[in-house]
Amino acid sequence: MLKYRIIPCVLLKDWQLVKSIQFDRFRTIGNPTATVRVYNSRDVDELIVLDIDASLNKEDINLEVIEDMAQECFMPLTIGGGIKSIEDIRAVLNAGADKIAINTKAIEDPSFINKAASVFGSQCIVVSIDIIQKMDAYCLFNKNLGDLNIEPLAFAKQCEEMGAGEILLTSINHEGMQEGYNIDLLRIFAEELNIPIIVNGGAGTPEHCAKALKSGADAVAAASIFHFTQYTPDTIKAELKLKNIPVR
Amino acid sequence: MIAIIDYGMGNLRSVQKAVEYCKQEVIITNNVDEIKNASHIILPGVGAFKDGMNNLISLGLVDILNQEVLHQKKPFLGICLGMQLICNKSYELGETKGLGWIDAEVNKFESTMLKVPHVGWNDVHARKHSNLFAGIENGSDFYFVHSFYVDINENMVATTPYIRDFTSALEKANIFACQFHPEKSQHVGLKLLDNFLNIPSQVDA
Repeated sequence: MLKYRIIPCVLLKDWQLVKSIQFDRFRTIGNPTATVRVYNSRDVDELIVLDIDASLNKEDINLEVIEDMAQECFMPLTIGGGIKSIEDIRAVLNAGADKIAINTKAIEDPSFINKAASVFGSQCIVVSIDIIQKMDAYCLFNKNLGDLNIEPLAFAKQCEEMGAGEILLTSINHEGMQEGYNIDLLRIFAEELNIPIIVNGGAGTPEHCAKALKSGADAVAAASIFHFTQYTPDTIKAELKLKNIPVR
Repeated sequence: MIAIIDYGMGNLRSVQKAVEYCKQEVIITNNVDEIKNASHIILPGVGAFKDGMNNLISLGLVDILNQEVLHQKKPFLGICLGMQLICNKSYELGETKGLGWIDAEVNKFESTMLKVPHVGWNDVHARKHSNLFAGIENGSDFYFVHSFYVDINENMVATTPYIRDFTSALEKANIFACQFHPEKSQHVGLKLLDNFLNIPSQVDA
């Protein structure tokens, strides 16, 4: 049967791979090529790399680093950050990525998802949705666009209708905190969406991953757990198997 | 020399890298002479069936593929869309004729219970012997990412359960194909690719 996926998700900043806490306070993980080589040797299911420089600092997408990382990857590689056009997607895929993630562009112009999916296929298009909790409400968040008055679930459903292949759902409040995923948010999305959901933000223990996978996630993305705890993808999977959660 | 067919349907670099890992010389091409001189042909691809067929036709690749694969009997590997294109037809966005090498059709996954596309690692079960799977444990996980599938047919050698059992690999004489991505399936994928590349060819490498 189809296995649940454990996907390291890291950020690219200043030619280094970094990790943040609540989208702030960056810590360096290491050199992109070397880090990806380690992930590859650890036989991870997939890898997601989001380029913050391209996304927030409006720098050009770093195709050189993408090529170097892709060189080390014999598992699917998703690249996001600063992707704004069909040409950008083509360049990133030609550099070696298997899937691309879009965030800002999807919010600004949801029809772009449809255009991209019709050219490259839905299976390459991941829409990355960042959610912040304010008081009792979940709000769509994007640093580039400022305050957004867009209902998150309605937006996600629109992305699905437009042809997104998967949703990468990140809870900013939980990110880097290693206190567990936002299960409430995940359940709300899982209830309504028919495309795979990769939940991101908060994993600190295998139990957190198990809870997310039993609450509607098709895959869990994580980073801090791999870099700042003793857990490895294998040890996490071993614990998931003990809980009868099918993983590779 | 291994020829990876470039017909504008993406994913070429990953396949090239995997073939290089298997220590074979490889060229990405849509040039008729280069295809003629290749010992093995790989047709990868991600995206829509209609676009794939239109591109093969407009690039003048249908005749050379028919010639080299059906008549010259060169070892051929279709991957993902490449596997679907060699079938009779696909029902993606209406009906589109494929190359017709394999008597099978391509349909869309429909389910109210399971998600579409089929994305992730899933088990591949051998139904008949195939050299593609030499040295690979039966039931190994390979990486899939697709919304359309090839139905069960007489040339299938492996199936995978998702919504229904569908053909995950097939073999007909010198024609091989897999729905999963061996170039993205880590060790088992690279082993499968290596198995294919070691199938003897009339053309010297």
